[in-house]
Amino acid sequence: MQSKMFSLVALGSFLFLTVSCGGGDKAAEAPPAGEPAEKKVEGKTPDLSQAGSITGKVSFEGVPPKNARIRMDADPVCIKQHSDKVYSDAVIVNENGTLSNVFVWIKTGLEQYTFPTPSEQATLDQKSCLYTPHVIGVQVKQEIKILNSDPTTHNIHPLPKNNREWNQSQRALGNPLIKSFPRSEVMIPVKCNVHPWMKSYVGVVDHPYFMVTGAEGTFELKDVPPGDYVIEAWHEKFGATEQKVTVGASESKEVSFSIKS
Amino acid sequence: MGGDPSRGLHRFAVMTAIACFVLVVAGALVTSNDAGLSVPDWPLSHGSLLPNMVGGIFYEHSHRLIAATVGLLTIVLAFWLQKSEPRSWIRRIGWLALGMVVAQGVLGGIAVLFFLPTSVSVAHACLGQIFFCLLVTLAYLTSPSGQGDYSLLHRSRARPGLDRQTKMASLTVLVIFVQLMLGAILRHTGTVGGSKGATLVTSALLAHLFWALVVGGFVVATAFAVLGRPGAASSNRLGYLMVFLFGLQLLLGLGAYWARVVHLQQAQLLLSGVVITTCHVAVGALLLAGSLILSLSLAQQTESGDALLDLHESKGFSS
Repeated sequence: MQSKMFSLVALGSFLFLTVSCGGGDKAAEAPPAGEPAEKKVEGKTPDLSQAGSITGKVSFEGVPPKNARIRMDADPVCIKQHSDKVYSDAVIVNENGTLSNVFVWIKTGLEQYTFPTPSEQATLDQKSCLYTPHVIGVQVKQEIKILNSDPTTHNIHPLPKNNREWNQSQRALGNPLIKSFPRSEVMIPVKCNVHPWMKSYVGVVDHPYFMVTGAEGTFELKDVPPGDYVIEAWHEKFGATEQKVTVGASESKEVSFSIKS
Repeated sequence: MGGDPSRGLHRFAVMTAIACFVLVVAGALVTSNDAGLSVPDWPLSHGSLLPNMVGGIFYEHSHRLIAATVGLLTIVLAFWLQKSEPRSWIRRIGWLALGMVVAQGVLGGIAVLFFLPTSVSVAHACLGQIFFCLLVTLAYLTSPSGQGDYSLLHRSRARPGLDRQTKMASLTVLVIFVQLMLGAILRHTGTVGGSKGATLVTSALLAHLFWALVVGGFVVATAFAVLGRPGAASSNRLGYLMVFLFGLQLLLGLGAYWARVVHLQQAQLLLSGVVITTCHVAVGALLLAGSLILSLSLAQQTESGDALLDLHESKGFSS
C-alpha cells in the first residue's frame, strides 16, 4: 500500500515535471505500457521449396585495436572469478583474420513476408561478471532467458530506442528472467549499472535471417526466399556496413564483408 | 545541547549544510560512476533497506542513506528555527528547505523509476544546489555575522536599495548557478557516446565553456569590488577564496573533459575520471556557497555601513 502511494506521488510529480519542462525525455518517447508490438501489414509466408541461402564471412583489415582492461575492483565476488587480467571483449579478431560478435542480418527485402515467433528461448547469461554471449540476436517477441550464474547481484538494463526501456535487478544465482522485445531494433545495448564494465547487445528483427559471427567469423542464413536483399553487418565498435545481394531460386550466394580498423 | 541555544542552532545549521555538501558529493559520485540505475527500485533498494553494497549499489544506496540523514537533519532544523529564531523570514526559509528536501527525494525517486530522464536528472542536480544554498543561507544567518539588518533587501523610497558591490555579488551567485545548471545539462546529456564514440563538442559543452568566461568575469569583478570596501577583511578573504576556487574549477573542468575523452576508449570510467568530475561538482558547489555568503554579508554591511562580518569576529555570539 505504501509503495503504491509512493508510486502515485512519483507518477504525479513526474507528469507535472514533464509538462512543465516541455517533455522530450527518454521516458516520454517510449511506447506506452501495454502497447502492442509494431504493426506490420500481414504478409505471406515464404515458399521455402525454392529457398536459397546466403553465406559469408566478416574479415578484419588493419591493426586490431587493443581492448581496454576491465577492473573489477568494485565487487570482490567478480575479482575472485578471474585468475588473470580481464579485457573487454568489444573487438575479437579471430586467428583466421575474421571478426567475432558481428550481427549479420537481412535488413531489407523481406517486407512482404511474415514469420512466426520461434518458441525456443534465446539465452543471455551473466557469468563471471560478464555477459555471455556478448552479442545475441532474437526475433520480435521471442523470449530471452536471462540467467545470473554469478554469486552477486546484477541489474539488467536494456537501453532501446524503439522498445520500452526497463531495468530489473537479479539476485545472486537468482531465478531466470524471461523477457522479450515487441519491436524490431538493431541493436539494443544492455548494461549492468552495478558493474559498469558489463555491456551486451541484442539485435531484434522480425524474421529469422540473422546470425552472430563466432570464432570462425562466418555466417549462414538458411532458407532465404528468392529476392533482392540488403545484408547488414553490425559491430559495436566499427558500426554497420551493407551489401546488396540477389538470391535466385534454390541459389546459394556468398557475401563477404571486410571491416577496416 | 547546553549553552546558548542560538549558538547551538547555528552549529546545527552548519552541520546540516556540511551534511548537504557531503550529499552533493555523494550524488556526483553516483553520476560519475554511472551508478544511478544500479538500484532499479525506489524507495527500497533491491527490495531491501540495506542491500549488498557492491559496485554501483554502494554509490547509489550511500547517496540515499546520506539523503535520508540530511532529510532528518532538515526536519530538526526547521522545527528548531521555528522555536528559537525570532526573524520570521528565516523561519520560513527553514520550512522552505524542508519542503525542498522532500521534493528532492521524490525527484530522485522519479529519476530512478523513469530511467534517468534528462529533464528530471538535471532538475534533481539543480534543486540539490538550490537546497544546499538554502542551508548555507540558514547557517550564515544563524551565525554571529548574520544577525544584521537585511531590510535593504526590500527596496523602498526610504531605502535606496543595495549598493553596486552587493548587487554585483548577488548577480555572481546567479551567474554561478546558471553555470552549474549548464554543467548539469552537459553531464546528463552532452557526453552520450555513439558506437564509435561521440564527439564531446556539443552545444551544451560550448555553452558551459562560454559561460565559464562569464563566471570568471563576475568572480574577478566581485573580488575587486569587495577589495575596495573599507574594513571588510573577511569579505576580502572570501573574494580571494572565490578567485582561487574559480581557478581550481577551471583546471578541474579541463580535467573532466580529458577524463570523458579518455573514457570513450575504456571499458569503464577510470578512477581518475571519477575523482576529477566529482571534484568539479564539489568545487562548483563551494564556489556557489562562497559567493552566496559574500553576498549575504555585503547585504547587511551595506545597511549598517560597517563590516558586520569583521565586527562579529571580535565579539562573542549574541542573538
